Amino acid sequence: MGPLAPYLISEEFGLVIALAIGVGFGFVLEQAGFSSTKKLVGLFYGYDFTVLRVFFTAGITAMAGVLLLGHYGLLDTQVIYINPAFIKSALVGGAIMGAGFIIGGFCPGTSVCALAIGKLDALAFAAGIFLGVFAFIETFPHLENLYMANNLGQMKLSEYLGMSDILFGTILAVVAVAAFTGTWFIENRVNKRKPELTPSTRKQYAFAVAALFLVLAIVAFLPGKKDFIQMRISQAERQKTCVFKEISADRLANDIVNNFYELNIIDVRTPEEYNEWHLPLAINIPFDRLLDRQNIPIFNQKIRTNIFYADSDTLVRMACLKAKFAGNSDNMILSESADEFRKLFFESEEPAPGSHKDLFNLYNFRIQAARHMTEMEQTLKQRMAPVKREVVTVRGGC
Amino acid sequence: MNPYLAGFLLGLVLLLTIYVTGRGLGASGAFKNVIIAVVKSIAPEHASSTAFYQDFDQTNPEGPWKNFLIFEVVGVIFGAFFSGVLGNRVGLKLEKGPRVTNTLRVVGAIIGGALFGFGSQLGRGCTSGAALSGMAVLSLGGILTMMAIFGAGYALAWFFRKLWLK
Repeated sequence: MGPLAPYLISEEFGLVIALAIGVGFGFVLEQAGFSSTKKLVGLFYGYDFTVLRVFFTAGITAMAGVLLLGHYGLLDTQVIYINPAFIKSALVGGAIMGAGFIIGGFCPGTSVCALAIGKLDALAFAAGIFLGVFAFIETFPHLENLYMANNLGQMKLSEYLGMSDILFGTILAVVAVAAFTGTWFIENRVNKRKPELTPSTRKQYAFAVAALFLVLAIVAFLPGKKDFIQMRISQAERQKTCVFKEISADRLANDIVNNFYELNIIDVRTPEEYNEWHLPLAINIPFDRLLDRQNIPIFNQKIRTNIFYADSDTLVRMACLKAKFAGNSDNMILSESADEFRKLFFESEEPAPGSHKDLFNLYNFRIQAARHMTEMEQTLKQRMAPVKREVVTVRGGC
Repeated sequence: MNPYLAGFLLGLVLLLTIYVTGRGLGASGAFKNVIIAVVKSIAPEHASSTAFYQDFDQTNPEGPWKNFLIFEVVGVIFGAFFSGVLGNRVGLKLEKGPRVTNTLRVVGAIIGGALFGFGSQLGRGCTSGAALSGMAVLSLGGILTMMAIFGAGYALAWFFRKLWLK
């Protein structure tokens, strides 16, 4: 599951990848003609809309790809870097950049491209960037208020407008196609040439647009990974086909005391309930967070048996099903609820005198197990818990 | 190359970047890191007494050079040069509008670059880091920056027409 960094590739290897990505980036920018300042400013005078075409096509392609990968659970869209929205600085900074674009004829990425093939004006532009950045850093104390004003955080425009990502993405795609068509007419008028489009080019464009909307339709209408898991859970519930492996409280207590290293005891209740009281050595993964990226490895291993418990029978079964459909681990549920377990072991009452000797044996076992478990909880807590994986949100920025 | 094909390929590069690293492309950040490295080596006292450089050290313990964007921009130079060689476009050249002297073009490029550099720091990203990568992840901030860049470009185009048109 992406993104591959920082879990699957190291920082150092990431730099090698950055180099490779840069080569691709530079190659495509240069191929698109972005190393020519005349081509770039053509956008603003209506004689050459190449920039808009390349730029919008790239944005829409990547957006559709992100939506598609996210839909099938191949990319965790919760952790990818969303540029934070500081409204004021975005608008003022953007306006200054626009002025720089029309006066200097490049933007930073394209100036690097152009100087790579020997454009001297790009060299001057790049020198100017250094001056501008330096000026910003040195005057930063005066700009800090503007820089930090109106922070909306890592906000998506779709969230801001209250629509789903796919609806907004589709609107963006429609706008892009309309812009491509509209600018084609403008360009023909400004350059005073007759519109021409060979039938084969027309066919290719129609095919590309159809492919784009097909991808968007797949994301919008076909079930994704989360829907699949949900469907299988409700199906299993409806048909009652799923057999749960259960473990009794006494058996579990015995296993904890003797084979604790073979178990993951997972509390699927809320953190509040967990903090109030939980089984010895249990870790807390609230039900809703069960399938979060950092928890998946727990359900994809064959070393420890996962034992789920909660206060409600339904909740614990649903949790077990989720785990089952998310991975290949051995999953069991505790027959008793958390509360029952606590009463059995930590508040057990001595049987009345004259009761059957089995009852006394059981009582002694529970008392001893409780004592052992408390000791273990104190000594092993740190070692027993699976390595806590921090949710790493990717940092970024230009 | 057909612009739509180029755009599609650029989109794939961007998508691959997001898939591998969880973040988009960038360019102006590399300039910032170079400046920070230069200031730190030329005027270490100034750097260690200024809050901006201290914050940078804290958030970038690896230092300014060991940075994703630096390596990416070095890659851009190689990639663009390779493409230029293929298309036979490599050579020293000063490109400018038809009515502009060489001096004016160089001065304009320096001023434009300075504005772009300044704006990119204020706006937290340039055309690649904020606008393009922001659009791919539907970022509100990125799309606002994009609209401001191109909006200002169009609004000012008329005033600077003599730089570019006949």
